[in-house]
Formats: sequence, structure tokens, C-alpha cells
Amino acid sequence: MNHLYYPGCSLKSTGRAYEESLLAVCATLGVGLTELQDWNCCGATSYMAIDEVKAFALAARNLALAEEQGKVGPGTPTVDLVAPCAACYLVLAKAQHCLEENKEVGGKITAALAAAQLQYTGRVVMRHPLDLFTNALGLDAIKAQVTKPLTGLKVACYYGCQIVRPYATFDDQYHPMTMDHLVTALGGTPVDWPLKTRCCGGSLTGTVQEVGLRMSYHLLKEARKRGADVLLTACPLCQFNLECYQDPMKALFPDHEPLPVLYFTQLMGLALGLERARLGLQRLFVPFRQPVGV
Amino acid sequence: MDEITRTVKYEADTDPHFAEEIAGIARGETLRACIQCGNCSGACPVSPYMDYTPRRIIAMTRAGFKREALSSTTIWLCASCYNCTVECPKQIRITDVMYALKQKAIKERLYPKRFPVAVLAREFSAAVRQFGRNSELWLIIYLYLKTNPFAMLKQSILGLRLFLQGRMGLKRERIPMGTGKKGDLQTIWNALDRADR
Repeated sequence: MNHLYYPGCSLKSTGRAYEESLLAVCATLGVGLTELQDWNCCGATSYMAIDEVKAFALAARNLALAEEQGKVGPGTPTVDLVAPCAACYLVLAKAQHCLEENKEVGGKITAALAAAQLQYTGRVVMRHPLDLFTNALGLDAIKAQVTKPLTGLKVACYYGCQIVRPYATFDDQYHPMTMDHLVTALGGTPVDWPLKTRCCGGSLTGTVQEVGLRMSYHLLKEARKRGADVLLTACPLCQFNLECYQDPMKALFPDHEPLPVLYFTQLMGLALGLERARLGLQRLFVPFRQPVGV
Repeated sequence: MDEITRTVKYEADTDPHFAEEIAGIARGETLRACIQCGNCSGACPVSPYMDYTPRRIIAMTRAGFKREALSSTTIWLCASCYNCTVECPKQIRITDVMYALKQKAIKERLYPKRFPVAVLAREFSAAVRQFGRNSELWLIIYLYLKTNPFAMLKQSILGLRLFLQGRMGLKRERIPMGTGKKGDLQTIWNALDRADR
């Protein structure tokens, strides 16, 4: 299986361990990821606050590059573009919807792309790694490669808001389950908790800190209350907010107790028997010490 | 005696075209269908911090309270989690209405001064416009310089830890710009700027 891979800015920086673990896991599972060349920022939530057409143009350029580098044409009707960051995934999927349904905005963007000799014809399939693993690859194929099952490990699967709302089709908007099923396939035990898709605070943690800290604190508190040993995320900003701010969180909410927050790909890698350093586990602020596969 | 100011608006104080304008940007044609049920405000995880709840912002936008809606903190506190959009029984794309209000507030310079979220949006877009990618470290530095330089010291410990863990570098992420070759992002910007004029 070969796919184009759109890392996004965070996976080259604060979310570096997400990229490291994703690439290591995919290599082990025989999933080929080729980084999209010359990709640009998706625009995230900030560009849309400035200018709609330009924000969508940023996304559309990446989609056009994917069509070109994925060589869509006769015999290759579509190309898969894997976006691990929830914001990138949402923005790119949203741009696809907009270009299709809004002829005015779509027309402006098509013209601007044409000026740079690019075109987007609607033949990119956006995929989040959760979708890729559970639907394209299949849980049985993953299960067969587990060498260190996560026996006894209680996991809070946190999807965050932007993966499943409102454009994703691979999981349920209210009660997503793909990550839960994946954890079960790895031998772990997902805990039942109601805040799976509750917002972590997003960029507010960096701007209006108290608001963001409170939102993240509630998530971690509830996960702990439900008995989780670890919380899994599928987004670099969720992971950053939930993990790197636990010290200021403790200052604001003295009853806060530290909880390791991993990318779901890091835990997958451990279950597949990969070395911790290949999974970026040394980059954690709150170390994950629980042995797996014993 | 304190100065007396009128606290209730006359119709003449409102902007009769504001609702249409915002609905036009956000493709929120259904804005008028809002039944003021308040599901959005209940679903919103940030509404306890907002000066007006999302339901009130919709009502104000519809009624033409332009200045109040555009200078509210509400629109900037929206974290784009889309819970309101998913929960709205009339399928109003509330998150997109918030985006439309933000765009308008930036254009008309009505956002709350030095409010970090608006500054972040401006700094972020300026960097992406220039370099094609965002560098988290530089974004944060500019954000603090333009909002609260003293708070930067407090954040420097976090920054240092990230640096030591290999999670934040000094390098500016960028793609080639202005090459004039196929796919050049600068060519796309130029074409969009021309279309704007």
C-alpha cells in the first residue's frame, strides 16, 4: 500500500514524536508513506480568521500537488493523502467540500492555481491514520503483528474535536470507536469515558491560558477517574496541550495528578515491539513507564 | 452627576445589511432560520468565558448589532471545535459564522486591542504568507512581543524544555517562494491579490 503523506507544520516541531512513531509503525506494517513534496501550511484555524479564499487556496494547493505527485489519471482515479494532524485533516477535507459546493470561491481558487500551472479536480481522498489503519489496512493485519500485547493497560482514547466533526466519514461524530477498536486489537483495554470528542482548548492554551488549561484539566481528570493509565491522542495540538502544560495545570488546579499522554501511534509501536527511541518516547514531559507485553 | 448614556439601541443604530453580509461570507444562508434554542451555547465548551454566548451572537448578527458582535471576545474565543455546528437543529454552520465575523472584525479593525487570539491569527497568516509554512517558535515569540512581552519570561521554561526534548528548533520552516516555477505559492498569492482588486 502506498500513500502520500502530508505532515503539516506541527509534526516537524512540537509533534515530532507523532511523525517518528507513525513512520516507524507504517514501515513495520508495510504501509508506504511518501511525503508530499513542497507542501505548504494548511492554514489551520488562524488563516480562516483572516481571509476565506486565501485560506482555502492554501489547502487547495496541497490537494493539487497531491493529484500531481500521486499521478492521478487513467488507471489511477484517486490518490490517498494521509494527514495525521487533526487540524490539517479537517482543513483539507473542508476545502474539498467548499470547492465542490461553492462555485464562486471554487472558481477564484481554480484560476489562482492555474496561474501557477496547477489544478485540482477533486480526486484526492483525505485519510487520517486512524482511518488508514482500521479501514484500509484492517485490524486483523495489525493484530497479527503484535508481539507485546498491551495486556492490562487501561487506555482513554481521546479523538479530539476536529477529526470527526463535521466532515469526516470514517467514524461517528458523537461516539467514535476506531481508536478504541485499535487499542483492543493491540491487547489493551479502552476505558469508557464521555469526553472523547470534547475540545482540549486548541490554540487557546497558548493565547488565553486559563481557558485552555481548564479544558485540558477536565479531560485528564475524567480520564483518571475512569481508571485510565494513559491517554491517547491523534492530534499534535491535543497532545501538546494535554501533556506539556501539566505543570501550570497543577499550579491552577492543585488536585491535578500527572497522566501520561501519548500519540496512539506510539502505543501501537510498543505493542508491535519497536524500540522506545524510534517512537519518540524520550521526548515526553510526563514519562510513560508502564511496561508493556509482560 | 454621572453621564447618562442610552443603553437600548434604536433601529437606526443597527446595520440592516450586516446579517446578509455575514451570511454571504459564511454560506450561512440559514442564519435566519435560527430558533434561538441555545443548543450552540450549551454545546460550546468555551461559552462560560464569552462576553456573549454563541446564541446571542447569532441573534445580534441577525439584528444588525454590527459593532457589538465584531468587537466581542466571543468570536475570538471560539476554538473551532465545531460542536455547535454538529448540534444545531437548523444546520446553521455556526463555526463558519464565527469565522466570517472574525474576518470582518479584522478588516474593519474592530477586534479587541492586543487580544492575543486576534494577534495570533494575524501573525500566523503573515508568516504563512511569507514563508509558506509556520514555525511554532517564531510564531510564539511574535505573539508575546505584540501582546505581553513580560509573559514571555514565564513561557521561556516551557520553550527551553521543548528545545531540550527536540520538540522545538530555531530553524525557520519555509518552502521556496517567488521562483515563478510551476506550483509557486507566491504566484498563487499574486493571482488572488489581483482578483481582490
